[in-house]
Amino acid sequence: MNARLVSEFRSIVGDAGLVSGPEQLRTYECDGLTLFRVVPDLVLLPATSQEVQAIVKVCHRERIPMVARGSGTGLSGGALPVKGGVVIGVSRMNRILEVDIPNARVVVEPGVTNSAITAAVSPHGYFYAPDPSSQVVCTVAGNVAENSGGAHCFKYGVTTTYILGLEVVLSDGSLLRLGGTSLDQPGYDLVGAFVGSEGTFGIITKITLRVIKKPETTQTLMAAFNSSSEAGAAVSAIIASGMFPAALEIMDRLALEAAEAAVHPNYPNCQALLLVELDGSTREVELLMEKVGPICQSCGAWELRLAKTEAERMAVWKGRKAAFAAVGRISPNYLVQDGVIPRTALPRVLGEIDRLSAEKSLRVANVFHAGDGNLHPLVLYDRRIAGQEERAMELAEDILRLCVEAGGSITGEHGIGEEKKQFMPVMFSAADLDAMQRLRSAFDPFDLCNPTKMFPGTDAKVQRPVAYEPHPIEIAGLAQRY
Amino acid sequence: MSQAQVQNNEAWIELSAIVGPEHLRPATPEDAVEAVQPIGVIAPGTAQEVAQVLHYCNSAGLTIIPRGGGTQLGLGNRLSKADFVLSLERLDRVIEHAWGDMTVTVEAGCTIDKLQGVLREHGQQLGADPMQPERATVGGVLATAESGTLRIRYGAIRDLVLGVEMALPDGSVIKAGGKVVKNVAGYDLTKLAIGSLGTLGVITRAVFRLHPIPVATASYVATLPTAAEASKLVLAILDSHLVYTGLQIHARRADQVFVHVRFEGIPESLQDQYAKLGRIAGACKFVECAREVWSERQKLFVNPGSSVICKCCVLPSQIGSLCDALFRQAAPAEVAVTLVAQGTGLAEVRLDAAGRQPLMTVLHALRSEVDRLEGTMTVSQCPVAMKDELDVWGTVKDVLPLMQRIKQKFDPGQTLNPGRFVGGI
Repeated sequence: MNARLVSEFRSIVGDAGLVSGPEQLRTYECDGLTLFRVVPDLVLLPATSQEVQAIVKVCHRERIPMVARGSGTGLSGGALPVKGGVVIGVSRMNRILEVDIPNARVVVEPGVTNSAITAAVSPHGYFYAPDPSSQVVCTVAGNVAENSGGAHCFKYGVTTTYILGLEVVLSDGSLLRLGGTSLDQPGYDLVGAFVGSEGTFGIITKITLRVIKKPETTQTLMAAFNSSSEAGAAVSAIIASGMFPAALEIMDRLALEAAEAAVHPNYPNCQALLLVELDGSTREVELLMEKVGPICQSCGAWELRLAKTEAERMAVWKGRKAAFAAVGRISPNYLVQDGVIPRTALPRVLGEIDRLSAEKSLRVANVFHAGDGNLHPLVLYDRRIAGQEERAMELAEDILRLCVEAGGSITGEHGIGEEKKQFMPVMFSAADLDAMQRLRSAFDPFDLCNPTKMFPGTDAKVQRPVAYEPHPIEIAGLAQRY
Repeated sequence: MSQAQVQNNEAWIELSAIVGPEHLRPATPEDAVEAVQPIGVIAPGTAQEVAQVLHYCNSAGLTIIPRGGGTQLGLGNRLSKADFVLSLERLDRVIEHAWGDMTVTVEAGCTIDKLQGVLREHGQQLGADPMQPERATVGGVLATAESGTLRIRYGAIRDLVLGVEMALPDGSVIKAGGKVVKNVAGYDLTKLAIGSLGTLGVITRAVFRLHPIPVATASYVATLPTAAEASKLVLAILDSHLVYTGLQIHARRADQVFVHVRFEGIPESLQDQYAKLGRIAGACKFVECAREVWSERQKLFVNPGSSVICKCCVLPSQIGSLCDALFRQAAPAEVAVTLVAQGTGLAEVRLDAAGRQPLMTVLHALRSEVDRLEGTMTVSQCPVAMKDELDVWGTVKDVLPLMQRIKQKFDPGQTLNPGRFVGGI
């Protein structure tokens, strides 16, 4: 980038908000999907909406592509820089602006972390429902861009359910307020359209969201099974009984081993573990939980453990949420997938995944949100062995096709980003994709916001990494890359 | 034009070739939309036919008014032009109730009652109670984003839709979303379609997520002497651990305000909830009441005559002051008020008066109160002539150009519902 532009950007964000050193820029070369890397020309860390607006106006004038970034925990390459573009990081805009408990509303800047919202309202007995596994570090703006889910969306829904208003800067530098604090603003549901647009509509500078009252009681049951299919059958039986659990999670043998190695959650030693979480009024939860155990046993559960205290529950969830990163303990490399299938197709699809895994001679660990049919197969491989990475990618792709064939989706919560854009035509017709492009061009006629993402046929000129060399602090076990 | 001339013209011949002559008929005065008389009523039998009709009309410069059960035709500004009513009456099938997955795929012209009847066979329901379910259709409910009293527990209708199929004026049929509960592939065009009042395309099919039908239901009412106290009670319930599926304020007088609460679940839990409700309510007593109280919204729209019905969206904590302001303004103007407000902050108000002037006075006062509270107000129903004097949607400020760009991308020829939506869209 030429010096004149760099100095213009510097005049907007100051030295503290400008990253231009080659070594520092490398920090931003990828997000949670490390398979693709592009070193950005410049990273800007604005501190206010006005600074964002000023940056975008320059980018618009010079037709410089922009990629917004939260904490970089996304798993589909949504925050992957674009060659010749700038990255606009919102991490310095991290203030909680307003907490309105009577109306259960919170107004935040985009760089506030997901967990920080719950922390702010927790003393009043409220929480923010979407809970992606990276919630301690991921930003709300990133959640909005990706329409993040989590383990509890079977009952509570995903991010879009909770976003009431957005302040955004569009690619022409205009600052708009979409939605509001009250419900049902007249006109098109611009907030609904914006959530999940993966940074292609504009840059989010402020978010008004809804929090909800913590349930009176929450109980989590662990049920040990001899196979994922049995655990899957138990999920269907629980739902068929008319219950509406807050979470239904299954982890298979490999995922359990990994979680055990990483955070020692002390799970039962089994082939498949089902977590059933019920919440609501104390009386109702206690009565219904008495029914869950026998249902699980009738499907083959041979051990039941009920986590009743908050500390016990936290240990259970810590193991589940650490599962992705923990797989790094049992395999040098792995790919995380994010397919969705109708829940009833679970036994068949799991059988097919087993078959594909054997065919490709690669291990697949399964962690999934069973209630909503969201699978997270983790394909384990070793990049140092010639051909394994390619086979792993093929296997991951086969799994996605399997999900679409079963009537599902290629992504439940990670997004399309760079990773899955070539798969869009598997799920959508040319007319469907054209309609999406029309919407995109209404927001960003110049294609400056996160261009090259989400849609096929756009070349991001990405570099595939050479063999990954871990940082010394990773080798020392002080940090994990995920 | 005489009827014979109409039926011999080119458009009529082309359109009847698409749907079959038996599915195109001349419009009668009953088909008029807010006093705008269309030429004909066309009833396509498939999504492709809907798209072909739209495409033909788009290229011929004719306009289309999509119609489901016709329960919300009074919503919106006056149409600038209405050539054909497009009725979705033939697209009325429940395609697939995947009860094991708790989802249903249904055509847009299916009524809510018919859909709920099919779902009930497996103990499931669509967690929404829109008005006039015997007439209201899936497509109409989505196009108007009509959510009922269950919203406070199950979410708005937008939160229950997993995907839609939509016919566009360019002749294409697109699908957005899918059949699974969690899906972030591509843009969320379903959200764009919901509440767009048929101005971007015609919804032909939808997929919903479902909920189990609760074993037991009980409704309770408390009577309070002021709106402020009723509002305070509602806020206390909102801040409690109670698991209610309905929470509503109903008032016809400033000094007699009802608070309705509904619990659903297993019988043991209902008793427990009621006991807790009593502790929260303190001195004001809740007594069990008939479930008909949840029809108070719908009752507002019965025999509208020359009344005005509007929807005010404010914060839950503002309902009390909105209610007070309303009765304060209405009394001297001799305007009768009925207010039905949900705990979510959505208040629907019916105003009745002898002449138009008092109604306009109260309406303006209400709008300025809502503006002061930074909420929004939409007139859902009013005498047609009044629409010449007011924009029923209120003013949509800085986001209007963006909305106009979206309309331009999907319906550049203004084929669908021209002039009816916000800002003249």
